[in-house]
Amino acid sequence: MRRSRIPPGVWFVSPALAAIALFFAVPVAASLLLSLTDFDIYAIGDAANLRFVGLANYAQLLREPLFWIALANTAYFVAVAGPLSIALSLAAALAVGSPLARWKGLFRTLLFLPVATTLVAVAVVWRFLYHPRVGLLNGALAALGIAPVDWLGDPRFAMPALIAMAIWKNFGFNMVIFLAGMQAIPERLYEAARIDGAGAASQLRHITLPALAPTFLFVAVSTGIGYLQLFAEPYVMTAGGPSDRTLSIVLMMYREGFRWWNMGYAAAVAFVLFAIILAASWLPWRLRAREAGA
Amino acid sequence: MTARALGCSAALLLLACGAASRSDGAVEFWALGSEGEVVQALVAEFERREPGVRVRLQQIPWSAAHEKLLTAFVGDAMPDVFQLGSTWIPEFVALGALEPLDARIDASPALARDDFFPGILDANSIGGHTWGVPWYVDTRLLFYRRDLLAGAGVGEVPRTWDGWLEALARVKQRVGADRYAILLPMNEWEVPVALAMERGAGLLRDRDRYGDFRAPAFRAAFEFYLGLFERGLAPRAGVAQIANLYQDFAAGFFTFFVSGPWSLGELSRRLPARLSDAWGAAPMPSTGGPPPGVSLAGGASLALLRGTPRAAAAWRLVEFLSEPRQQLAFYRLSGDLPARTSAWSDGSLVGDPRAQAFREQLERVRATPKIPEWERIADALSRSCEAAIRGELAPAEALARLDSDVDALLAKRRWLLEREALR
Repeated sequence: MRRSRIPPGVWFVSPALAAIALFFAVPVAASLLLSLTDFDIYAIGDAANLRFVGLANYAQLLREPLFWIALANTAYFVAVAGPLSIALSLAAALAVGSPLARWKGLFRTLLFLPVATTLVAVAVVWRFLYHPRVGLLNGALAALGIAPVDWLGDPRFAMPALIAMAIWKNFGFNMVIFLAGMQAIPERLYEAARIDGAGAASQLRHITLPALAPTFLFVAVSTGIGYLQLFAEPYVMTAGGPSDRTLSIVLMMYREGFRWWNMGYAAAVAFVLFAIILAASWLPWRLRAREAGA
Repeated sequence: MTARALGCSAALLLLACGAASRSDGAVEFWALGSEGEVVQALVAEFERREPGVRVRLQQIPWSAAHEKLLTAFVGDAMPDVFQLGSTWIPEFVALGALEPLDARIDASPALARDDFFPGILDANSIGGHTWGVPWYVDTRLLFYRRDLLAGAGVGEVPRTWDGWLEALARVKQRVGADRYAILLPMNEWEVPVALAMERGAGLLRDRDRYGDFRAPAFRAAFEFYLGLFERGLAPRAGVAQIANLYQDFAAGFFTFFVSGPWSLGELSRRLPARLSDAWGAAPMPSTGGPPPGVSLAGGASLALLRGTPRAAAAWRLVEFLSEPRQQLAFYRLSGDLPARTSAWSDGSLVGDPRAQAFREQLERVRATPKIPEWERIADALSRSCEAAIRGELAPAEALARLDSDVDALLAKRRWLLEREALR
């Protein structure tokens, strides 16, 4: 009789694999199946009310105007908040990391504080800032002679208002990543540049930024993935309003799934979002690989 | 091996949980929000009276209650008796989670059907069965500032739509551009639906299989409602923009608003003392018939889990909480209005004209369509209202879109009804 030969490595990774299979692969497969059914409140009551609908959920999703609104809102958020927050993170990292800066630890902590703060607490404070009549922001505008703006109630301003809050809340995290990236740049490069007569601007352009390129890639991808999953900000600040202007894809999925219990349809939304995120995170790597190859 | 161990321990855990919550024979009772807090005193009294019965009370926050009840149903961890928002009943009936209570109500010496408000009792009845015993009731009506009305030359609270419109116009003329006559959060569906019911709109048609929002009655009410915004009587504000309703009401930002019994307590607590007599509550105006106009049947009921082995003890708890004396005690503790009309003859309610406005309104309440899809339809309705109020859609377009959205939402219901008809 031959003894089966299982490499010892398999035994070592099997706990992790089992956990991944149990808590990731199985739920993902189950929700993929779910997205092909019309699982809803009636089906919870009686399994006979469950219908296999094939790709009908996906077809209906693509026909539903609300999905396109949610997609456009999410794209708007990613396209504006993404670059702005990365730029702000970089600027903050440069300022805090500059050799001229003092009390670096203090500033780093202060700028990182919003990241560590509970979003709901942040939302409560920002809602007061944005209040049309008693808000600080409109008070400042009034001092400049500008008419008050209904930040969270006006369809034109609600998304910009959320973007401003999200950037403030999140930029500290990327700032820390950039700071770490900057610490890895050898000091002798700057020394050499200074000897060659390079000013601060050309040092930034020719040393800091190119050396930060891999960090940029990571920051861009992780920020993009995070922002595509926009949920908590509109959930607590606007509930998707006014006029659906801040309805994001995840918020739509949440409503379908956990408010209306259309689990089948919500699972279809989840898979469409998954496909979008996969494409969005694969593209930058691809571009970079091509760049590196050229 | 690890996987098997994991599986085993998970199974053990589930068994342990199930056993812990089920073994001691106590009646599991879930009550929601602040009601869950104040009912503790009544439950203690019940246990004194029924020495053989133990009640395990769990408080569930309102915001998580709906989800928690549904997941409990799926996970087979439902309580024996629980509080349900009256608009959730159709959903739990569709799930098959509720015990029909007709026989128990008819056999009970403590309960009499004619001692409940008819509209409220109707909200608990679906398909010829009663599924919940109304515990406390609510509905919506007008809250107003008496002093601001008098200042605008309106002596009496309007009882008809025409009178209402005139009063609103006078108030608006008086308070100027920065203030308003009425506050109607433009993404709330309750007021337009109540107005439409007053006009006689059915909302849905053909056994609730299709939307009927383009019907003349709904259309008329919808246009009346939109007119309040177009004429500047109501601000174009959503729920999110109203940071503090009661402060704004105290500041005179608006003279009327439409709300429920919870505002009675909030206004008494939050308004400055100088305004304590300046506000009142009045039933909804009518379109021409005898007042009051129709408003929505709301509140919460007590329901039993279908097939629970502790049904007898759980039912005794329901009977106990429905006693007029306990209803009054509960009213004093929570401010929730009693569901039993006999409890309303108590002096504390008779002598309170604001509570009496609710009493009058409760005689004329109607339930929204009793189908599980209603909350979702109401959400679509709110969004159509908001789009029309903002002028993004013409009224006719908004209603056409609403009808087609609602028809799509009801597709599964139509399929179920057709399949049933075939059997």
